[in-house]
Amino acid sequence: MNLNATLFAQLVVFFILAWFTMQFVWPPIVKALDERAKKIADGLAAAERGKQDLELATKRSTDALREGKEKAAELIANAEKRGAQLIEEAKANAKAEADRIVAGAKAEIEQEAVRAKEQLREQVAALVVTGAEQILRREINAQAHSDILATIKQDL
Amino acid sequence: MAAGSAAPTSGEYIVHHLTHLNSTGHAQKSVIDWSVINIDTMFYSIVLGLATVFVLWLAARKATSGVPGRFQAAVEILVDMVSEQAKGIIHSAESRKFVSPLALTVFVWIFFMNAMDLLPVDLLPKIGEMFGIHYQRVVATADLNAALGMSLGVLLVCLYYNIKIKGLGGWIHELFTAPFGSHPLLYPVNFVMQMIEFVAKTVSHGMRLFGNMYAGELVFMLIALLGGTATVFGFVGHIIAGSIWAIFHILIITLQAFIFMMLTLVYVGQAHEAH
Repeated sequence: MNLNATLFAQLVVFFILAWFTMQFVWPPIVKALDERAKKIADGLAAAERGKQDLELATKRSTDALREGKEKAAELIANAEKRGAQLIEEAKANAKAEADRIVAGAKAEIEQEAVRAKEQLREQVAALVVTGAEQILRREINAQAHSDILATIKQDL
Repeated sequence: MAAGSAAPTSGEYIVHHLTHLNSTGHAQKSVIDWSVINIDTMFYSIVLGLATVFVLWLAARKATSGVPGRFQAAVEILVDMVSEQAKGIIHSAESRKFVSPLALTVFVWIFFMNAMDLLPVDLLPKIGEMFGIHYQRVVATADLNAALGMSLGVLLVCLYYNIKIKGLGGWIHELFTAPFGSHPLLYPVNFVMQMIEFVAKTVSHGMRLFGNMYAGELVFMLIALLGGTATVFGFVGHIIAGSIWAIFHILIITLQAFIFMMLTLVYVGQAHEAH
């Protein structure tokens, strides 16, 4: 353990190496470390933001879903009401139409009956006249009793 | 001992292994001789220093803020560790721009130099001998010059920041008024205390690392000597003791590198604090 000039040489080497490290080694590594730390911090922040966005979107979608359901229910209720209304209307129309047809038919039947009665009356009168003619041919003159016959015809 | 001398004694073996390859070619005679330089220490510390900055640079070159590879992640863990420690100790971001890289370099560099202890003690010296290099010590931090050289570097950084933060006048004022207080009678006492503090910090900083590594190296040599007895006991003892010590030494080399780095940060941090 003797002291000699090695001491000073070592001293110089010491500073040269320290200078080199300071100049070429330390800055890039520390820069990389800092940048990575920043990246990780940014990433974490972005993840946090994403989580919040997701929560917001979930809430919004739930709201939209509920709203849609409500609207659909309302639409269905309206449609049902409208359908019932339409059925009622149709029923009323059908009933009116049926009444009208029945009334028409009744009137026609009545007319027909009147006409038939008229015809029948004519025919009966003709028959009666024919019968009477035949009866009276032997006994009386048709012309002499025509007024009586007319009266009878009128009473039929 | 010189090559070719057959079967050195235990003492000769240890002394041989503790002799540096220096610019004179033989062991240094006086305790302090500034005309001598240890070639082996310089060689290994520079090579490992270059390896340190090269490895770190490799990671820095491709550093991306995206997904890191394993290598980049490993270096990042180191950088982050040093950076966190520096943030806790030195509150000036401006100073950290230099001191943090310095601490990182010191940590990795000392770790590499310490790790040379884990190579078999005779491996590199024997290879050296094949090329005519008869003395070699491969653990640079087990050389007091290297350890003190680095702690002296830290002292210079401390002095620089003392003057930069407090101003030359402020610092000199502090030298005479801290730690006991501002009173003319206390000026010399304060100054002496400050000087002792600086010397003690620097010497203990370097000595701690040197002592640990020197002792560790010595234990490895003793274990090698145990195996060198070429008996069954020696062989088994070498394997068991060598394994245990090497595993334990993994902790020591890391711990010593970490301690050196932490003390560097603490001392520089102290230079920032006004008393």
